[in-house]
Amino acid sequence: MLFRPDMKILCCISHVPDTTTRIQFTADGKALDRTGVTFIINPYDDFVLARAAELKEKNPSGVHVTVLCVGKNGTSSTDSVDANLRKALALGLDEAVRIDAEPTDAFFVASQIAAYAKDKGFDLLFFGKESIDYNGSQVAGMVAALLDLPFISYATSIELSNGTAKLTREITGGKEIIESPLPLVLSAQKGLAEWRIPNVRGIMQAKTKPLHVLQPVSVAPRVQTLRHEPPPPKGSFKKIEPDQLDVLVQELANKGLI
Amino acid sequence: MSAVLVWAEVNEGRFKKPTLEALTVARKWADSLGLPVWAVVVGEKVPENLDPLSEYGADKVIRIVSPLLASFSPNAYARALATLMKDKNISYAVLPQTYDGRAIAPMLSIWTEAALFSGITTVPEKTDNGFTAKRIAYSNKGIEWVGSNHLPLIATIKTNSIIPEKSPRTAAVEDFAFTPEAKDLRLKVLGVEKVATDKVPLTEAEIVVSGGRGLKGPENWGMIEELAKELGAATACSKPVADVGWRPHHEHVGQTGIQISPNLYIAIGISGAIQHLAGVASSKTILVINNDPEAPFFKAADYGIVGDAFDIVPRLTEAIRRYKQQHAH
Repeated sequence: MLFRPDMKILCCISHVPDTTTRIQFTADGKALDRTGVTFIINPYDDFVLARAAELKEKNPSGVHVTVLCVGKNGTSSTDSVDANLRKALALGLDEAVRIDAEPTDAFFVASQIAAYAKDKGFDLLFFGKESIDYNGSQVAGMVAALLDLPFISYATSIELSNGTAKLTREITGGKEIIESPLPLVLSAQKGLAEWRIPNVRGIMQAKTKPLHVLQPVSVAPRVQTLRHEPPPPKGSFKKIEPDQLDVLVQELANKGLI
Repeated sequence: MSAVLVWAEVNEGRFKKPTLEALTVARKWADSLGLPVWAVVVGEKVPENLDPLSEYGADKVIRIVSPLLASFSPNAYARALATLMKDKNISYAVLPQTYDGRAIAPMLSIWTEAALFSGITTVPEKTDNGFTAKRIAYSNKGIEWVGSNHLPLIATIKTNSIIPEKSPRTAAVEDFAFTPEAKDLRLKVLGVEKVATDKVPLTEAEIVVSGGRGLKGPENWGMIEELAKELGAATACSKPVADVGWRPHHEHVGQTGIQISPNLYIAIGISGAIQHLAGVASSKTILVINNDPEAPFFKAADYGIVGDAFDIVPRLTEAIRRYKQQHAH
């Protein structure tokens, strides 16, 4: 028998190079050279996965969590979107969806997510505040606008009661306390939940959970990458002896820094 | 086509540096296109003094005022700007990449069917086929040139990446009538809690003084605060320090904390793990103070002092105080 859970959550994650990885670009500079690069779940997305897992744990039969990523699997085992989706499922989430397309620009990705979510009746659409590759903070807000839902960016907490959410949001020099009806779109800042590490039982169960691979809808990206460059080389630092602090202060002042 | 629009953010009743940076980009972009710059101010009320906007290049100031815009709703603010852009047939817009700018810009781009350049650090340049601009990629391990031939085109400007330049003129002020609909006011702000309002917000600070585990305990932060005070700087900390509760989470800079790009970042007793560097590497100048000459942070430093922070920091504060006294007029 089909039943409607009390709450449906969609967690959207990005597949990004590990922070510690060496970054190189393809010969034409248009893309990241993925050879030998380990891809991880974007660290900010880990916060929403953890919060979704907490909500699921409190009410296992009443909460259904779907985790979604727009991306193509790479050629190596360290560059597999599916493997990262299974890692997310191992936190106790219910099912995974991969939209099988290169995430060309934020508008393309947001359009895929909105097209998928449009008629599924999600109460909460969860995103990390930004992904660590380009730090654009674009996709969550675009999805909110495409679906015409309230958007809470940089959320550091969410509590739910009777179809209403109470949230806190980081702002310049402080925080806002916000109330919003569901459904809503949220992008997470650190604080939303403590990171979780899947346990062995979760990892075993994740292997047989549904992972749907869907074809993208046809959307033209609006922004292209023309090329990448390495950052300007950093020379070695200037060593200041502890008895030369006045010289340092003078030099910083000469540069207009203080 | 009619103008380059700038969303002038009001923060504590004032236009702050990120807005002046956005105006500076808009002015240069507009000059290259032969267009005027229009600044738009949105809110329940707008500052009496709109002069900073014309001083930094706005040819016109548009006010969108409604009692329903008293608190910030990204939906309502984005709708206000989208309505204005469509009504005036505006193809270019610039927003500061602040907390609120980041919330508004993507929504605005959808409702105006625009392309969005997010977090760029240069004025968009015309190419054979549209526009291009630069932004930081992969935690400062790369630079990306984005391009688009799509109009409208909206850009958000990474904070502290552009030096505000004055371009004074006389600006007419006009009002644009807009009343948000109920659907854009579903989200309600119940309250705002500001942390220590006498301090410079971390994301806007030109100088940041940051402490790590090398400081051994929260009781030793007095010298950090004093150095920051002497410099008019914001204070920050590394992740381990926030995790053990020596300092509040909102001070944590690094990959999973706040990303900053001040003119001067002073790292004290921070080893420089790659996750920390990811959040601070776009600082223009980095001074590292660490007693371990092998600390990885020195590789990212412009200036380095190998020594005991408890000895160096108070003396550095003293040296700055001395310098300021000598140069006070």
